Amino acid sequence: MKRELTRLTVKEMAQGLKKREFSCFELTGAHLDAIAKKDEEIGAYLTVCAENAKERALALDALGKEQPAGAPLYGVPYALKDNICTAGIRTTCASKMLEDFAPPYDATVEKRLKAAGGVLLGKTNMDEFGMGSTTEYSALQKTLNPIAPDFVPGGSSGGSAAAVAAHEAPYALGSDTGGSVRLPAAYCGLVGLKPSYGALSRYGLVAFASSLEQVGVLSRGVYENAAAFLTLLGEDEKDATSRAFPPFDLERTEQAGVKGLRIALLRPFFEKGVDPRVAQGVLDAAKTLEHMGAQVTFCPLTPPEHSLAAYYVISSAEASSNLARFDGVRFGKRCEKGDSLEESYAFSRGEGFGKEVKKRVLFGGYVLSAGQIDRYYHKARAVAAALKSEVTSLFEDFDLLLCPTAPSLPPKRGEYPPTNAYGQDLCTVLANLTGLPALCLPCGRTMEGLPLSLQLLAPMGREDLLYRAAFAYEGEEKK
Amino acid sequence: MTLYKDYLLTVGLEVHVELKTESKIFCSCSTSYGAEPNSQCCPVCTGMPGALPVLNKQVPLLAVKAGLALGCKINEYSGQDRKNYFYPDLPKGYQISQYDRPLCYGGSLTIEGEEGQKRVEITRIHIEEDAGKLIHREGATLIDCNRCGVPLIEIVTAPQITSPEEAKDFLLKLRTLLLYTEVSDCRMNEGSMRCDVNLSVRKEGQLLGQRTEIKNLNSFAFVMKAIEQEYKRQVDLLEAGGRVEQETRRFDEKTGRTEAMRKKENAPDYRFFPDPDLPPVVLSRQEIEEIAATLPRLPLQRQREYSEKYGLGEYDCKRLTAERERADFFEEAVKHTTAFKTLANLVIEEFSPEKEGLSPLQMAELADLLEEGTINSATAKRLLKELAGKKDVALSPYVEEQGLSQIKDEEILGAIVDTLILENPKAIEDYKRGKKNAAKALLGGVMKKTAGRADPLLAERLITEALNAQ
Repeated sequence: MKRELTRLTVKEMAQGLKKREFSCFELTGAHLDAIAKKDEEIGAYLTVCAENAKERALALDALGKEQPAGAPLYGVPYALKDNICTAGIRTTCASKMLEDFAPPYDATVEKRLKAAGGVLLGKTNMDEFGMGSTTEYSALQKTLNPIAPDFVPGGSSGGSAAAVAAHEAPYALGSDTGGSVRLPAAYCGLVGLKPSYGALSRYGLVAFASSLEQVGVLSRGVYENAAAFLTLLGEDEKDATSRAFPPFDLERTEQAGVKGLRIALLRPFFEKGVDPRVAQGVLDAAKTLEHMGAQVTFCPLTPPEHSLAAYYVISSAEASSNLARFDGVRFGKRCEKGDSLEESYAFSRGEGFGKEVKKRVLFGGYVLSAGQIDRYYHKARAVAAALKSEVTSLFEDFDLLLCPTAPSLPPKRGEYPPTNAYGQDLCTVLANLTGLPALCLPCGRTMEGLPLSLQLLAPMGREDLLYRAAFAYEGEEKK
Repeated sequence: MTLYKDYLLTVGLEVHVELKTESKIFCSCSTSYGAEPNSQCCPVCTGMPGALPVLNKQVPLLAVKAGLALGCKINEYSGQDRKNYFYPDLPKGYQISQYDRPLCYGGSLTIEGEEGQKRVEITRIHIEEDAGKLIHREGATLIDCNRCGVPLIEIVTAPQITSPEEAKDFLLKLRTLLLYTEVSDCRMNEGSMRCDVNLSVRKEGQLLGQRTEIKNLNSFAFVMKAIEQEYKRQVDLLEAGGRVEQETRRFDEKTGRTEAMRKKENAPDYRFFPDPDLPPVVLSRQEIEEIAATLPRLPLQRQREYSEKYGLGEYDCKRLTAERERADFFEEAVKHTTAFKTLANLVIEEFSPEKEGLSPLQMAELADLLEEGTINSATAKRLLKELAGKKDVALSPYVEEQGLSQIKDEEILGAIVDTLILENPKAIEDYKRGKKNAAKALLGGVMKKTAGRADPLLAERLITEALNAQ
């Protein structure tokens, strides 16, 4: 019987390629077939690079035995969120503004995956410019949640999550500004990493909120998530905010177990505003970790309401400036209407941006304006700094922090309550405001079959601790 | 300057200077001038989505150098901020500059004021990127991004300048310092030095008046002209019962007048905030000291030294130090001679940074030969021409070989004078009729007959004696 290649784990894919049980061309072809068959319905991809991918796979196959040792992703295809620049391949940010934009250069993360022998399958849907938690704010396409089609896939990296959950890609990169990798990973039952700020290069990631975001990894298993992270890890001379964090040994981390790890349950994230089913799911997982030898205790934290506000102030402020370049002059679709420069700007931006983007750009401009900046932007920065020192001090007594990834289960498509929309980020913004690494991990399902997800946070540069716990928990769940 | 209708003038300057770096402030594109439009740009300086700036380390070093030369204090920790505004020459929609924490602050520059020496305070110096250039052609506007990301410093003075002449002297002195320290080429015609003028007028005893800002002046003459015109305009406006409004004005080079561009209520809110793509600029005390150690000796210091060591007058000292190349040349040459004043004259008159001439050693030898009277000034001129670029020729042997030394022998010169008088009886008559020029004509004759080598003073005396003896 023919093996269903898209169903393999990435480890199995790499081993199969190495043993020449199948070729990279076949593996890539299997994924392209899956996309052709399912993606019209799921809507994960905005652009499929079928021809490029096949050519690239053939070239890798032709190298044959010359493939490098110790490259765990060699020959394995992947998908990229459509805000990561790819030379000559359109990069739309799911916005009408950039519908026809093909950058002349590759993002550093894309360069590194290519160099590690990866094969790009295509570019995935998202909330326009990363602003949203459901992928419903894409100006170009709808995306379903493959494991619960009536529900949203989460966002903003919803296309990447859907592609991986639907086995249309072995793993994918997204970007996480306030939870944009972790939330869709949680809603689609995946592993999602938001790395330490500066661990991965942002060069070539179309900026939404530069001080908060990182490229992140979405995958079905922990192994490929860690492997992709290690492949991408490293300072980039093109990104002044990137830093040299030390790598870790993948195999040893896989085997290390959680014995002796001190894990803190962040109390406010189990209390009001959090769905009891979600809270219970994470508490059950905590029990499992405890059984495996971790020390788990509740610890207090300043209630998170202010952090959500601070997040929206800072991210919108930066977005208002980052998105200024899309004015129809050099970048962005120019609207031919208007008799003056000012009118041309107004029409181009009015037509090119969706409602949510406009709302945040206006809000961001307001909080930076003379007379308001102290009241909003500077105050938000102070909240972030206070939060960082509070959380950092927790690491004197704990190795990891544990909480739910999202305060509720995935909402139904089209029913998303806009007034409460920002509440979805309640548990995730903590990692973005502090720069800390965070990983989310599936921890069972509800009776209705909706995925539950836990979130771990570690000290700066200690992704190894996140993966150590994740490997152990994943192993225990498989038993 | 004479006051116009008894109004006092107050001016503050903002000078933009292009730094002398090979590459741009946030990418590795070239900064060279005059290239094909849009041939010197990349994703970073054109603000391509996803591209990120990385600070060129040369930029803060040069800016600090300028700051130290102007006696500024240096912030060990300074910001990199975004100044947000829309304009087609600004592809990112914001300019990266420094807002509330500039690299340098609190310096000064001494100029020749209306009433003698005057200290003009430098409020701040900050680093920033230049914008692109708009080219208007055939009803279309084209954008050249070659200038996008060219590194600049902005030097801001306190409002302490009180005349167009002071403004000009400030700019000249500033330019000299920046050339000395090799911070900038200061080529105004290439736009590497530009100036904004803030100007207000008031009556004696009154507080500062409402100011206007005149943008983007690119020559010293335009700065002076713009100040004169705006001064008069404001005074006339007030005298006619009007009010000066806070606004930005442009100077029309053709009409020589300023015209309103933008009123205050339309002034943009730049929404400055720290650029999240860039860490702050951090310089340690030690790094700042290392930069200070690379500073050349500056004009004032050199002028003091020349006056003390070589007994040179103020005028000579200033002329010698007007350009660093000239001062450096003088200092190299003066090691080889004690004919200080003669050397100073030679370096002031004959040295040119652009033209190849004598080596410092040769110039010193020339000064010696002149001072000793071995050659006269006509021969010196000849040598300056003949030996330009021939740096390995030693002067004394050359003068001897070519027989260029001055003829000081009274007998030889006397004989030449006698011959000339015999040949020119008319000269004697002229002389007797009181035409002193006759003697000059004869001296010219002596020089001609000696190929310019006669000691002019001796020859003159001999001519006068001979004429009187007739």
